[in-house]
Amino acid sequence: MREKILRILTQEGRLPDEEIAERLGLTAEEVRDAVEAMESDHTILGYRALVDWSNTDVERVFAFILVEGTPEHGVGFDRLAEHVARFEEVHSLHLTSGTADLTVVVEGRDFRDIARFVAEKLAPSPGVSGTSTSFVLKTYKLEGRLIGEQPTTRRLAVSP
Amino acid sequence: MSIKQSTSSGVSRRAEELQPSGIREFFDLVVGMDDVISLGVGEPDFPTPWRICDSVIESLRNGATSYTSNWGLQELREEISRYIHAKYGVAYDPEEQILVTVGVSEAVDLVMRALLDPGDEVLIPDPCYVSYGPCVELADGRPVHVPTRLQDQFRLRPGPLADACSDRTRALLFSNPSNPTGAVMRREHLQRVAEVAADRDLLLIADEVYAELTYEGAHVCTASLPGMYERTLLLNGFSKADAMTGWRIGYACGPADIIEAMTRIHAYTTMCVPIMAQVAAIEALRHGQDDRARMVAEYDQRRRVFVNGLNRIGLECFEPMGAFYAFPSIHRTGLTSPQFAKSLLMDQRVAVVPGSAFGAAGEGHVRCSYASSIGDLREALSRMELFLQRLDSGEVTAAQ
Repeated sequence: MREKILRILTQEGRLPDEEIAERLGLTAEEVRDAVEAMESDHTILGYRALVDWSNTDVERVFAFILVEGTPEHGVGFDRLAEHVARFEEVHSLHLTSGTADLTVVVEGRDFRDIARFVAEKLAPSPGVSGTSTSFVLKTYKLEGRLIGEQPTTRRLAVSP
Repeated sequence: MSIKQSTSSGVSRRAEELQPSGIREFFDLVVGMDDVISLGVGEPDFPTPWRICDSVIESLRNGATSYTSNWGLQELREEISRYIHAKYGVAYDPEEQILVTVGVSEAVDLVMRALLDPGDEVLIPDPCYVSYGPCVELADGRPVHVPTRLQDQFRLRPGPLADACSDRTRALLFSNPSNPTGAVMRREHLQRVAEVAADRDLLLIADEVYAELTYEGAHVCTASLPGMYERTLLLNGFSKADAMTGWRIGYACGPADIIEAMTRIHAYTTMCVPIMAQVAAIEALRHGQDDRARMVAEYDQRRRVFVNGLNRIGLECFEPMGAFYAFPSIHRTGLTSPQFAKSLLMDQRVAVVPGSAFGAAGEGHVRCSYASSIGDLREALSRMELFLQRLDSGEVTAAQ
């Protein structure tokens, strides 16, 4: 039940409990209880709008930064990651396999903002041995949602 | 083969007598109207999953543009065999028991031509899919309608089936889950049909194209019932579960002699299914499971919302357990189903299909497809509610 509720909420976060209940054949109370439980155990971290910022006048730039670091005895990259995560500029941060150890998504008002953050804060952090920054130039898909006009299927109005 | 008679119009008597389906008539009405919410659509609103399209694009780059074997690509028949076996525990030999067809539609046509001598009879449920009767007739057979009832959720019952049998009866052609009713025959219902089939030596032609769209419980494959493997022709396809209606691809599995006869006819009339569709089907069988599950979960949610809604606004509807159709009763309005559908379309711009288009026993009902977004379904429901209120208050009268 929890998984089904989460699948709906990750698509339509504003859907009322009653409607989720109708879709899944549950009572509104069952949905409310499950959602509250998932909120209090931090399975659901919050609710927010999925925004295509390029559609607005707001200046907002994202970059993916691959960070190579030096692991520490006993904690691996945890201490470094927890340090980096505290910066406001960091939008999300993951420990990743591959060439980089951490992948950091950073947001800023413009390219200089991000460059300054990398040069002054991220790269000099203890444990960081190298960074590689890729600026986002255009977004095609965000959180499972395609961005921009999509072709619609044109079905016959009535068919057998 | 009957001898062609000349008629005034220059086409055969057979063609002249062939009536367009009631759906066609309604389609012509809807076309050209703006702002219509159509619940008259017998196909998914999802596009074909991109991984399937991608595999076909890639195959075109690699030059896969030729004819294939009449039977269909060996690779595809092997995948079909594996799929049916994994799903229902029924084993078909890809070498001689599986034919790839242009949708289930072609398979129905082929089996009738392969099976029937002039005057042979085929039982078909009433209501049923619109092409069953005409396909029997085009093969010089005689369709015999077996009425089903609302109180049985339009499932076939052994009594009327046995009553409809004569010494010319060769087969029963039925869909499970059902188009147009959304009804599902579970194991116990099929078992009783199987007993009649064994008793009367009938071939069961089971159109299971909606099998994957079965809710709350697993689909039971007709061929998996005890003693039915030898007397079942299983028809299935990719249109519904894989959102591949436009690709036109399905298949028939069954006794080798029937499949071989169907293939001989298919070889002359169709040659083979377009290779692009066959490539798409291979991808669907190999990697389509997650996409299917995603779409089925979505239909299931829409089903609850829509059927609840119908009952709430006063169009009584049993809970359909398969396909993507609801078949509510319109008795309370006092209108015939064509009147209801036409009036609703004219007054509120919601298209549904009159139950009578699927047979006399479908009268008193309309078929509503819930393969539309939940937003559209809710809008359709509120328009239908308004329509019912306007009918009750006399603000709208039955269209003729």
